[in-house]
Amino acid sequence: MKKIYANATEALDGVLTDGMMIAAGGFGLCGIPELLLEAIKESGAQDLTFASNNAGVDDFGIGILLQTKQVKKMISSYVGENAEFMRQYLAGELELEFNPQGTLAERMRAGGAGIPGFYTKTGVGTVIAEGKEHKDFNGETYIMEEGIFADLAIVKAWKADDTGNLIFRKTARNFNVPAATCGKICIAEVEEIVPRGSLDPDAIHLPGIYVHRIIQGEHEKRIEQRTTRKKEEA
Amino acid sequence: MPWDRNQMAARAAQELEDGMYVNLGIGIPTLVANYVGDKDITLQSENGMLGMGPFPFEGEEDADLINAGKQTITELSRTSYFDSATSFAMIRGGKIAAAVLGAMEVDEEGDLANWMIPGVLVKGMGGAMDLVAGVGRVIVVMDHTNKHGKSKLLKKCTLPLTGKKVVNRIITNLGVLDVVDGGLKIVELAEGVTEDEIRGATEANIVN
Repeated sequence: MKKIYANATEALDGVLTDGMMIAAGGFGLCGIPELLLEAIKESGAQDLTFASNNAGVDDFGIGILLQTKQVKKMISSYVGENAEFMRQYLAGELELEFNPQGTLAERMRAGGAGIPGFYTKTGVGTVIAEGKEHKDFNGETYIMEEGIFADLAIVKAWKADDTGNLIFRKTARNFNVPAATCGKICIAEVEEIVPRGSLDPDAIHLPGIYVHRIIQGEHEKRIEQRTTRKKEEA
Repeated sequence: MPWDRNQMAARAAQELEDGMYVNLGIGIPTLVANYVGDKDITLQSENGMLGMGPFPFEGEEDADLINAGKQTITELSRTSYFDSATSFAMIRGGKIAAAVLGAMEVDEEGDLANWMIPGVLVKGMGGAMDLVAGVGRVIVVMDHTNKHGKSKLLKKCTLPLTGKKVVNRIITNLGVLDVVDGGLKIVELAEGVTEDEIRGATEANIVN
């Protein structure tokens, strides 16, 4: 089966529909599927729900889909870097479901692993626990959280082979692995596609079974907070 | 004289022991890394890294290498990378010995509020709820009072909670307090701060 597509628009063809739930990888602007997000914007798809740790910034990442009002709902742990998000949310134009970061990651992992629910201590006694099933194990209280089963997953990796095996780079791995696994279809955008056999099988971060379509492209890879130190005088 | 930010961070660093895996929050907790000295401490960044290094030299920033505050950082010879589900598995699974976090409010039961002011600040909890629920020891570093001079160490938190009965030790500009049965116990005073001063600045019940 051929997994490589010419570009993001072609990779989304026949997959992207109005009202669908999309799991997106990335943390802040690090390791986000920037090319697929741009193509989703161009497609004009509406009423999208995104499960994504963050919402990008106003002009990059998921932020560009907020500008065009294509997002109906966000499931995220932190959205502090996005002024347009705040405006739409406070005006009631956007639904927001806050998930603790680890709960969001585990909900994706669980969904991808065929687990519809799990118990966690995270959020017990907080607003996050309201309306959720509580259960005691060995004298401690836990709440039930549900797995995320997304219609589509969009992720960014460093390298792929033509069978979809993926390798990520440094902290750009983040949510890309759990997000990829919880989608019915997963599209991966990568910096380089290499022939099968050229990646070390022992070093694959995400096996190709989870990846259905692959595109290669140029990534801006914007830095959100550029922090440096001075070189000591020799 | 009460402690300044750096002195609070230095005091928090004394809580860390050789061999610990530790998560440092944003703000004053980040400064704790400057004061660990010769201790063998491995810093976790919850976006998927153990063995966090210092900021890069100018021109050596890498967009693929950031900390949980989205700042560019560097790796060390001990560094490992992993995905977010694995990262929070080690947090939730109790593998991280301690977290040093900031706070808006703490109360005498060890409840912590540090993520939301309804109607004012609605950014999200990030990984804070997972950290306080999962790590071995929660150390809070915060100013003792707010800018209006009111105590931030309360009988009961008024803001939405990050976790219930999760705080072990509080390091403020006035001293160090532990959460114990019945309230907070003063374990140390900042140099020049009297017990009366710290009691006067604390709404929470102080036990002897």
